[in-house]
Amino acid sequence: MSALSIESLRVRFGAVNVLKGIDMEIESGEFIVLVGPSGCGKSTLLNVIAGLQSSSSGRIEIGGRDVTRVAPADRDIAMVFQSYALYPAMTVKGNITFGMECRGVPRVEREAALDRVAKLLQIGHLLGRRPSQLSGGQRQRVAMGRALVRDPILFLFDEPLSNLDAKLRVEMRMEIKRLHQRVGTTMVYVTHDQIEAMTLATRIAVMHQGEIQQFADPQTIYDAPANLFVARFMGSPPMNTIPVRVEAEGDKVVAVLSNDEGGRESLQLPRSREALAAWIGRDVLLGLRPECLSLHEKNDYGDGNNAIAHLSAQVEMIEPTGAETMALISLAGVEAMARLKADARPSIGSRATFAVNMSKVCLFDPQTELRIP
Amino acid sequence: MRSPSVSARQGPVLSRQRSQRRVWAKWVETFAKGGAYIILAAGILYVVGFTLWTMWISLTDSTLLPNYAFVGFKHYSRLLQSRVWQVAYINLFVYGVAFVSISCGIGMLLAVLIDQRIRAENLFRTIFLYPMALSFVVTGTVWGWILNPTIGAEHFVRGLGWMEFRFDWIVDRNMAIYTISIAAVWQASGFAMALFLAGLRSLDADLYNAAQIDGASPLRMYVRILIPAIWPIVASVLVILLQLALKTYDLVQAMTAGGPGIATMLPTNVVYDYMFQRGQMGEGSAAAVMLLMSLLIVILPYVVLQQIRRRGQAPNG
Amino acid sequence: MVESRSTGRAGGRFALYAVLVAFAAFYLTPLVVVFLNSFRSLEEITQTSVLGIPHAIRWENWAQAWGSYCIGGICSGISPYMWNSVAIAVPATLLSTLVGALNGYLLSLWRFKGSQIAFGVITFGVFLPAQMKLVPWAITLRALDLSDTVTGLTLIHIVQGMSFTTLFCRNYYVNVPADLINSAKVDGAGFLQIFRRIVLPLSPPILIVTVIWQFTNIWNEYLYGITFSEGSHRPVTAALMAFSANIAQAREYGIESAAVLLAALPTILVYLFGGKYFLRGLTAGAVK
Repeated sequence: MSALSIESLRVRFGAVNVLKGIDMEIESGEFIVLVGPSGCGKSTLLNVIAGLQSSSSGRIEIGGRDVTRVAPADRDIAMVFQSYALYPAMTVKGNITFGMECRGVPRVEREAALDRVAKLLQIGHLLGRRPSQLSGGQRQRVAMGRALVRDPILFLFDEPLSNLDAKLRVEMRMEIKRLHQRVGTTMVYVTHDQIEAMTLATRIAVMHQGEIQQFADPQTIYDAPANLFVARFMGSPPMNTIPVRVEAEGDKVVAVLSNDEGGRESLQLPRSREALAAWIGRDVLLGLRPECLSLHEKNDYGDGNNAIAHLSAQVEMIEPTGAETMALISLAGVEAMARLKADARPSIGSRATFAVNMSKVCLFDPQTELRIP
Repeated sequence: MRSPSVSARQGPVLSRQRSQRRVWAKWVETFAKGGAYIILAAGILYVVGFTLWTMWISLTDSTLLPNYAFVGFKHYSRLLQSRVWQVAYINLFVYGVAFVSISCGIGMLLAVLIDQRIRAENLFRTIFLYPMALSFVVTGTVWGWILNPTIGAEHFVRGLGWMEFRFDWIVDRNMAIYTISIAAVWQASGFAMALFLAGLRSLDADLYNAAQIDGASPLRMYVRILIPAIWPIVASVLVILLQLALKTYDLVQAMTAGGPGIATMLPTNVVYDYMFQRGQMGEGSAAAVMLLMSLLIVILPYVVLQQIRRRGQAPNG
Repeated sequence: MVESRSTGRAGGRFALYAVLVAFAAFYLTPLVVVFLNSFRSLEEITQTSVLGIPHAIRWENWAQAWGSYCIGGICSGISPYMWNSVAIAVPATLLSTLVGALNGYLLSLWRFKGSQIAFGVITFGVFLPAQMKLVPWAITLRALDLSDTVTGLTLIHIVQGMSFTTLFCRNYYVNVPADLINSAKVDGAGFLQIFRRIVLPLSPPILIVTVIWQFTNIWNEYLYGITFSEGSHRPVTAALMAFSANIAQAREYGIESAAVLLAALPTILVYLFGGKYFLRGLTAGAVK
């Protein structure tokens, strides 16, 4: 039985289509992350799932039950908000037990549930405090406690880490992941940070302009993005996209790009001629992640890996980060980022030879922006 | 192209003019700054000086004119024992409690109603708040007419046929003080509403959402969460209304002139009565000082509470 | 703020509006009553009470209220007192606002040792009841030979208003970034120059609030008005109160209604046009 099922969901505000037909099925125990830039509709989708906003058309089922017209309190969900929304005039204990009070849960049960949650999140010593007396990380945990105590089918998170500083964010991210592993409740999590998405999710839904661009597990999203938007949004720095032309050389296919000196480079594509038959002679975009580009070492003819190709490009800028050196290079009229070894220091303005790992490249149709399979 | 000899001659003249201008500008600045300090000092002197002056006079034997013969706390003890002063404070208590509680109640009710996303919100708010733009004299005069049994509501209802209708509170010794409360509530409850509404609006929108998910009914949401969340504003409003009640003078004069008898006399009326109508400046000043003390009793706890609150908050992190 | 769901709540919405309209009626009734009365004759009013619709519209009430109604023995209507109020309120508002801006500027952007205390003391003046200042003012005005003059009252309101205007302006100016002032100081600008070129241009919002607040309070003020003025020098609030001193003749409620409306008109207009600035003045007093 799926934990959440969404069918043809549409949300319209006046003339604006905020959500344009969302379909999604989530199994019990999954950790789904809705990720996308501001305005893509992810928060709206979350609010509609919660019942805080109504949809213009479509259907939502939670735990097999149609909840499209059901009030938020009766959907068997719990939510953690970006600003935590802790009730300022109540103690931590009051905050956590308020929902149970509203539902008429007897005192003994309330205390037991409170105990359980306090131990799980280690907030037992905070129970008597008011929210204004808590730090950001503590407030976050109390907000999670308030949600946990409901024992819901679905846990909803609305960018809960945005208000924390970088270090705390990493800590709390791991806590949420650990929580999911212990408790196993289905979680739907909204964020604009694609690193959070990659690290937390079992499946990611990348959203843009009210539509789901791709809904798949993190590795698939990373290695086989469905379209240019997903390719450029996920991954930091984003995937390089280079204009090339597909040509046949015997029974192999190559991607041909013009280098800045008027010459041409050809990179062998790990695809069969039949697979790309329709594309021969046409211009496409080559998707290359920065880690697929490295400086060619003279004696390093690799591991006999046929998927290494070579090209020369001009180095525009280097950014040593300590763990590695990022290089901005220009080729085929566009700029691309390469991830070089930490001690690589090519001189700026010079041309260098780069090794390209072709096994992970993607090809995109420039018109439809879809990935060519 | 100027010849070197000419510019050499003009040079010192020009720079002298420029430095003269600079000296003049500096004088203006110093003068202005000094002037500002003097004005500030005058303001401080005014507040402190006049307060102390009145306190001093309250300890002297002044009647029609100030007379600086010291009599100690004679006026204070006389006042505390005088019937009119005691009645004035009882009236103040009755009026004050009714005024503050009803104004807050109505203000909160209206704020909550308007918070429900209604149409024509601006129109309602304008209507609820306009009485604050009126003088208490206007309010008192008009309400005095409406509540006057001869030409007001009682007369009107009797004219409709109900001959036994009575609404002569304003001339009834026991009920007159409530008429003052009615007029005062009419004037100030819009103010309470405006502040409460601003407070509710400043709350995090997700508080409503969280409460919805928790399953709180609208009533519970407001009573348990939202209104407590704006309690600092509620406290402010209470203090402001209380000091407004303490300072009420014009309204009473306009509506009842303190009557019938002394049934609606408030401490402020007693002060004026002694100072200018009975020619008892010393005693009037003592009454004024006691009024000030009452005000401080109301304000000080609030100020202290604010300071405590400010220190009790944890840093964000 | 609570999103209403589906038609089940239609009944609730109706009750909501009903209550709001009922209260609106409560607040509007006195205004409507006075307005209608201002067109009615005395006979009508005494017959059917102040709550009624005019049978015949008596426009003369307004002319008489303005120019010929007898108040406290002087039969010149309410116009001379309106002009007195104008002569008091306008200069007092402008000057007290200017002084407040200067004080606020000095206290917030030219901090000196004790500026916090100075601010506290001046603000205390806001809470000080008027009664505490009656006797000192009486003595002071007599000494300056300004008793019972419009100038005397204007002076009182200027000094009196300083507390409020300083409070408003100082709390506004503390939000001016110190760096703005510092860079001006580095450029060589002095006290007055910074005020004129930098601070004053930033001030319109608070100046509007202050002017609205001061004008309303000064126009509506009564206690000082009645204590420190006499006869034809009175402000309009004192004149309204003098109606009940007419023992020699019958009270003409119709004319008096017109007079009341005339007296209330300036501040009501300020309120309607002032809009959010009026409210900001109220809240500025609250959030201390």
